[in-house]
Amino acid sequence: MEQRSQLYGLIGEFETVDQLLHAAEQVRDAGYKKMDAYAPFPVEGLSEALGLGRNLVPFITLCGGLAGGLGGFGFEYWVNVISYPMNIAGRPLNSWPAFIPVTFELTVLGASLCAVFGMIALNGLPRPHHPVFNVRRFAERASSDRFYISIEASDPKFHLAETARFLQSLHAQHVTEVQDD
Amino acid sequence: MSAAQPPLDRPANHPEIRRLEPVIAPGHTYDSVTVKISDVVLRRPLGLGWLAGFTLAFTFLMVLTIAIAWLIIKGVGIWGINIPIGWGFAIVNFVWWIGIGHAGTLISAILFLLNQKWRTSINRFAEAMTLFAVACAGIFPLIHTGRPWMAYYMFPYPSTMGIWPQFRSPLIWDVFAVSTYGTVSLLFWFVGLIPDLATLRDRAPHKWQQFIFGGLAMGWRGSARHWHRYNSTYMLLAGLATPLVLSVHTVVSFDFSIAIVPGWHTTIFPPYFVAGAIYSGFAMVLTIAIPLRKAYGLEDFITMRHLENMAKVMLATGLIVAYGYFFEFFMAEYSGNKFDVFLVEQRLHGPYNHFYFALILCNILTPQLLWIEKVRRNVAALFVMSLIINLGMWLERFVIVVISLTRDFMPSAWGRYSATVWDYATFAGTLGLFTTLLFLFARALPAISIAEMRELIAHTSKEHE
Repeated sequence: MEQRSQLYGLIGEFETVDQLLHAAEQVRDAGYKKMDAYAPFPVEGLSEALGLGRNLVPFITLCGGLAGGLGGFGFEYWVNVISYPMNIAGRPLNSWPAFIPVTFELTVLGASLCAVFGMIALNGLPRPHHPVFNVRRFAERASSDRFYISIEASDPKFHLAETARFLQSLHAQHVTEVQDD
Repeated sequence: MSAAQPPLDRPANHPEIRRLEPVIAPGHTYDSVTVKISDVVLRRPLGLGWLAGFTLAFTFLMVLTIAIAWLIIKGVGIWGINIPIGWGFAIVNFVWWIGIGHAGTLISAILFLLNQKWRTSINRFAEAMTLFAVACAGIFPLIHTGRPWMAYYMFPYPSTMGIWPQFRSPLIWDVFAVSTYGTVSLLFWFVGLIPDLATLRDRAPHKWQQFIFGGLAMGWRGSARHWHRYNSTYMLLAGLATPLVLSVHTVVSFDFSIAIVPGWHTTIFPPYFVAGAIYSGFAMVLTIAIPLRKAYGLEDFITMRHLENMAKVMLATGLIVAYGYFFEFFMAEYSGNKFDVFLVEQRLHGPYNHFYFALILCNILTPQLLWIEKVRRNVAALFVMSLIINLGMWLERFVIVVISLTRDFMPSAWGRYSATVWDYATFAGTLGLFTTLLFLFARALPAISIAEMRELIAHTSKEHE
């Protein structure tokens, strides 16, 4: 059974950060929603140019930290007071200052694990293949020295010829169709 | 007063003002840093120097496996430890290694939060150094238990015996601190590596390389939405790692200061341990950076500015350590506690006083040469200095562990300690493990963060416009 490849969208290449930022703003202002930019390093101001809002990573990290800290202290309390109480030189069973180091470490551990795995999950990774990798120039240069903007075909404003012209008017080079196979 | 000040818009090449070296040599582009750094991994053939160095390191790693195997067969009796010196080399080495790791986290997290751009080209291998140092450190308490196969008892797991670890013990805090530190360092390192793994995937000439780097990069494509979350994550990890690194050596110092042994039971231990950790860590970063930049021609990225900055950090933390030594003495005398006073006398006149004098020479006196600009800018002198400080910091832990344990409260409990060949073999073996891992790292992963170097180029080219 042969499956016809579908159009994923259009992609254009940029040489400099300034061109990329300018183009990203224009694409956003033109009303496109399903677009993305690609850069080989974190570009300052790109999130704002694309109109990306706050992301969920800090909240997930907070949750992880709280879970680690409260869970850690709660566990120590349960072990030392309820499950396995041990009288050490008559000190109180809930000798909380002694529980703080482990509580602290588990707070950091919970927060860090959630930050990293939260980020990876929200980014939809691992995802070994993505349609943009079908573009040869992208696969060769996107992780090295070129910047890209893609607009998806499923965007309501997308029109193959007009969107391509629009990208070219923003000084995009090598505007290419991206096939989704 | 204001009249004496030079005008603010003075030219950068004013003869009286020494120009700051750039953190990256001029003329580099996104492509040139990508090629230069990734080619070390992807295309450069194995040199004779690398093979010779790796062989030597690997030989010592084999010494480690033999030493540990013999230890497991015979027990900790093969070491020089005894009653009352139950800790010996194992704990000295543990504290030394874990301290070395701290500079990596300091560079990657604290200098990141302080927006110090010069950290960029040294953070990757400094983080690798952290991981390898933690791996070496972790071995010692494990084998020091005598029955390492029972070490899992220290983790809280529901056992059929119905018992739990003692959470009031600093040794259990240590388990949590060190394992958390190892895990978070690994995460931090891996997150930093993801974009570079994608670069290696795209540039790899061989299928198997594409497969391995592609798998590790998880399909990273540099999407702006991904970078958006990535930046938050990196910033948060830096913020989390900063208090973590301070807590780890604090907890390590609690192993000593919570006890009532003279010379250990002091409140100055946590800050002075942390400063000492950073001190020895920066020394180790220099020990690694100087041969690394030479061997792989990375002088453009690891410039004199980096080396000089690291020398300054060593000088500053060395002074904090000196302050710690001084106040150990002062507080002992000032408190009038006869055991503490006696311990001070033992350091100066006891059987191990030569270790103490060597420590003062290595850690306090020699590093004062770093005040001189010529020394800070002399690569060979810095390399020698870094080795001296590494040695000094090892001696510091030896002095702390051994002198206090040999001179307890009662003369009937006094003893002597001398290490055996197996102590030395194990220590040399962990040096072998550390160096082996570094050699492998230098060839298997980019030793400098390529993505961050591109970011640096974007910034510097903007400044020039």
